[in-house]
Amino acid sequence: MNYTSLVYAVLSMGGMGLFFSILITLASKKLHVEEDPRVELICDLLPGANCGSCGYAGCANFAENLAGAKSQLSDCPVCGAEAAEKIAQILGVDVETGERKVAIVMCQGGDGVVKKKADYEGIQSCIGATFVSGGERACSYGCIGYGDCVTVCPFDAIYMNDKGIPVVDRVKCTGCGNCVVACPRNVIELHPISHHVFVLCRNKDSGKNSRAVCSAACIGCRICEKAVDGVGFTVENNLAIVDHDKYTKYLVLPTEKCPTKCIVIVGEADEA
Amino acid sequence: MVNIFIIFLSAVIVNNYVLVNFLGICPFIGVSKKISPALSMGMATTFVMTLTSAVSWLINKYILDGLNLQFLQTVSFILVIASLVQLVEMFVKKISKPLYDALGIFLPLITTNCAILGVALFLVLKEYNFIESIIFGFSAGVGFTLAIVIMAGIREELELADVPEYFKGAAITMIVAGCLALAFMGFSGLI
Repeated sequence: MNYTSLVYAVLSMGGMGLFFSILITLASKKLHVEEDPRVELICDLLPGANCGSCGYAGCANFAENLAGAKSQLSDCPVCGAEAAEKIAQILGVDVETGERKVAIVMCQGGDGVVKKKADYEGIQSCIGATFVSGGERACSYGCIGYGDCVTVCPFDAIYMNDKGIPVVDRVKCTGCGNCVVACPRNVIELHPISHHVFVLCRNKDSGKNSRAVCSAACIGCRICEKAVDGVGFTVENNLAIVDHDKYTKYLVLPTEKCPTKCIVIVGEADEA
Repeated sequence: MVNIFIIFLSAVIVNNYVLVNFLGICPFIGVSKKISPALSMGMATTFVMTLTSAVSWLINKYILDGLNLQFLQTVSFILVIASLVQLVEMFVKKISKPLYDALGIFLPLITTNCAILGVALFLVLKEYNFIESIIFGFSAGVGFTLAIVIMAGIREELELADVPEYFKGAAITMIVAGCLALAFMGFSGLI
């Protein structure tokens, strides 16, 4: 057997390996990129849903900007209090966590409640239906019902109920606001989680006209306003408005007096 | 001079690495969604190919031939490629972080791009001299870039096209790649 070629093979391969490893070591010193070690730590703590509500291209990008002090931690509405505290520790800043906000769908006009004005067979999306006379439902203020908000929700916190009205899971909802943007009728609003009483209607038509299209519409009858002596409820543009600062649930409950039952207590049971 | 031109034309068009020799299909499909990352990928690959062909020619001539160790060609060329890709990776990260992020996993995967090993092995097979080897490596890279950029251009348009539901995604990409390969086959016999 030819042992010399064995020795040569080992030597030449070993030599080449050594040469290239030295080359790479030198190059890595020369071309070293300073990376903020905090970026990775922050990135792990962020929700990682890449929902984009902070205004940056995903969580990793946001983490870089946080570490570079170019953005505020409060720009991320999704981040929970626990994670926010840890990130604030890493960054060495104080946490300013506001009250958690959740989305709420301001419409009850599902199938069977709102009148149907047409058969719509076009693209099954709210934005699509908006371009074609606004879908099947007769109310031009309310939910269209094709679930664009369900599609955009990065946290699976919205589902359609059996009447075709989206329902927000107040536990899963992080308040990122993607659904608010997606809704072409602006029916979804963000509210602090402590708000429980809502007028679930956006119809500004006169009582007669709004009752004509939907049995759950606010008809602007002012019964709620009278029931609480004007503290907490006011009616403007044929639509009752709740003043969440003034209204307390210990006042007379207008929920019972409302003739169309459009004033609703939302989510008190599960998080009171 | 004529010789060099023929090598160039042959590697870029007639024996295009991707579309005629079917080497380096992975990045060809993987990074061809948009033109600008495709172009960057092509340039990174060209750079690695050119350097690889120079270094592996030297290694083949002075180490492997000299010591009669031709059986180590594949192993040692892979060693060369792996090291060069490391260098390119560090270089790209240094000069352009967004480009580094855009290329993602496909940058280290240049290491396992068979087109590059193909260049190194072909230039030994074809017994090119040093200058010819460098030209050969460079033009193979240009050919790769050409193919991947054409593909990216078509796929950008394809986003807007009304493709039947079951052809969407990978299926239509394969069909397009096949059509492109057919077109490039038409150049065979040119040289």
